[in-house]
Amino acid sequence: MKLTCDISVKHLTRVEGHGNIEICIKDGQVEKASWDVVETPRFFEAMLVGKRYENAPYICGRICGICSIGHTLASIRAVERAFAMTPSAQTEKLRLLLKHMETLQSHILHLYFLAAPDFLNATSVLELIEPHPEEVQRAARIKLLANDGADLIGGRRLHPTRTVVGGFTMLPDRSALASLERRLQAVIPDLKQAAELFASFTIPDFNRETEWVSLKGEGSYPFIGGQLISSDGVVKGEDEYLAMTNEYMVDHSTSKWSRLSRKSMAVGALARVNNNSSFLHPLAGEIAALLGLTGLTHNPYMNSIAQLVESVHVVEDSLLLIGELLGSPWQEARQIVTPREGSGVGAVEVPRGILYHYYSFDSSGRITKADCVIPTSQNNANIHYDLHELAAVMADQGKDDREIRRLAEMLVRAYDPCISCSVH
Amino acid sequence: MEKGGRSYLGVEIKRPRVAFFELSSCEGCQLQILNNEASLLSFLSLVEIVNFREAMSIRSDDYEIAFVEGSVTRADEEERLKRIRKRAGVLVALGSCACFGGVNQLKNRFNDLEWVKHEVYGDHPVETREVQPLSAFVEVDLSIYGCPVKKEEVEQIVTNLVLGKSVDHPRYPVCMECTAKGNTCLFELGEPCLGPITRAGCDSWCPDNRMGCWGCRGPADEANIIQFREVIRKHNIPEEVMLDRMECFGGFRHILKEMKGKQDKGQME
Repeated sequence: MKLTCDISVKHLTRVEGHGNIEICIKDGQVEKASWDVVETPRFFEAMLVGKRYENAPYICGRICGICSIGHTLASIRAVERAFAMTPSAQTEKLRLLLKHMETLQSHILHLYFLAAPDFLNATSVLELIEPHPEEVQRAARIKLLANDGADLIGGRRLHPTRTVVGGFTMLPDRSALASLERRLQAVIPDLKQAAELFASFTIPDFNRETEWVSLKGEGSYPFIGGQLISSDGVVKGEDEYLAMTNEYMVDHSTSKWSRLSRKSMAVGALARVNNNSSFLHPLAGEIAALLGLTGLTHNPYMNSIAQLVESVHVVEDSLLLIGELLGSPWQEARQIVTPREGSGVGAVEVPRGILYHYYSFDSSGRITKADCVIPTSQNNANIHYDLHELAAVMADQGKDDREIRRLAEMLVRAYDPCISCSVH
Repeated sequence: MEKGGRSYLGVEIKRPRVAFFELSSCEGCQLQILNNEASLLSFLSLVEIVNFREAMSIRSDDYEIAFVEGSVTRADEEERLKRIRKRAGVLVALGSCACFGGVNQLKNRFNDLEWVKHEVYGDHPVETREVQPLSAFVEVDLSIYGCPVKKEEVEQIVTNLVLGKSVDHPRYPVCMECTAKGNTCLFELGEPCLGPITRAGCDSWCPDNRMGCWGCRGPADEANIIQFREVIRKHNIPEEVMLDRMECFGGFRHILKEMKGKQDKGQME
């Protein structure tokens, strides 16, 4: 039994944004275990009020430097649903392909640059360059491919330029799309190697049962729009997102918290795999089984493994999408937008979980109200209660401060929090 | 990481100690550095990164060049920025939030922080203040414009810094870069674009993708606003669309203020 321990991590490293971990154990009892977000709020929902509709995706993409594509697509979807627009099949495929490139890029960034150093006793990916040159080059190669793919479809990997309400300003060059297809085929062996590397890591054995929330798959693994589902059996429509998120404020965090049927809930790659694993493509399914991701998994450290499985899935899915896109001639890139009074919700599965944008418009297409619910804010309570449980288990096992701190940091990193995003 | 210690043809190469910091921002400009997969390793042989919270767990306060992303929206950020300024030989404002306030400064336009806070947090108390660029509090040695910054430009600027070469931004507008490429003018396609008045250096990144410029790099030194307004009138683009864009990143705030002043005095036309 561990008697006393005082851990304070200010501005946790290798995560996006600013968050602190506080753990205090006295006489074997956890007195405090807290996840505190101290990020400065930027007030995007207020900024948008009075702006014309075309500003929304452009400004909202800038909520986040990692998942700007996801924000842009959720924003566009909310606007299009408010204006009762249906994107063309071609636009839907291109958007999904663009999203897959972001998912792959973001997951690889997290797996190799943020998470892997913990498993290899390093403090950053820079320290891995010499002992593990092939692994670092592999990560760079996959990430570069994903970013190049995002450039090709969205115009730019960060804060995309071609994505607009109604479709795209420009379509990708067909021969470049064919070349992306070849590079995606060639990256599959790299992803298998990545799976072998992560299979060699010891994932901490820690479980705390919770409620997993994601989009609900209907015939395919879901990424853009559709019904919402939780592992506790809640099913709701996309427009009912408020009843699925129930945001509230706590004193020690500038980011909001969420809950559904329990005191906390979780979103992200593990939530998606937990709720929709039957829709994974064959190789992704195989790798999930290989890495022990079967049935409902309540170990939050397994989120990284779920990201690896999804990395494989999105590559397989991208190959199918490119095949379909190249199988028919280009249609119109963009449809005409007719603003109208009303409101709309856009739900999109971004790398860190389900993201919602909501806007209401006046008849001239100006925003009267905006709301964005971010994946990390839906995870905050879960991270917080996980830390408490982890501290209790560690105290029981008599672990030293260093080990408790290491596992606590790894726990938060496993969620791949996007903190500036969560405060926005 | 070791301190210095690399050589080329027997001549020791001095690698400056570089730190990255972020205030209120999306951290995208820093990520652009990590997004340089193809050239990241050679970039790292040029500098020694000693502080980069998003990528590294070890942190040092001993650095020569500080890159600061984001704008100042809270008292603790002002203090942090002043501490960084004291330690850094060269302080670089990285990206439009640091240079002008960026999209964050859009909340300033309401001139009502209480309403802004209430709109997002209801009655829950939250600390914030008017958004300001770095230069409102400290001396900025160098500005790297853009939302996001262009990684090639960052690398070029860092190379110049290491070699002791001066860094010069183009004085001409994005429109010149775009025209030189032979792109179809977006005005001809009915698209609004701030290319004629925005500082070049991005290599017409957005117009190349048929997205009109939103002015993220601020005004060109040679921006001709009067002629620009005639151009948009000629192409039937509503002035409010242009004003939305000029307002977006904060770079045009002085020009907008001037325009508004003239409007108020009835000197518009």
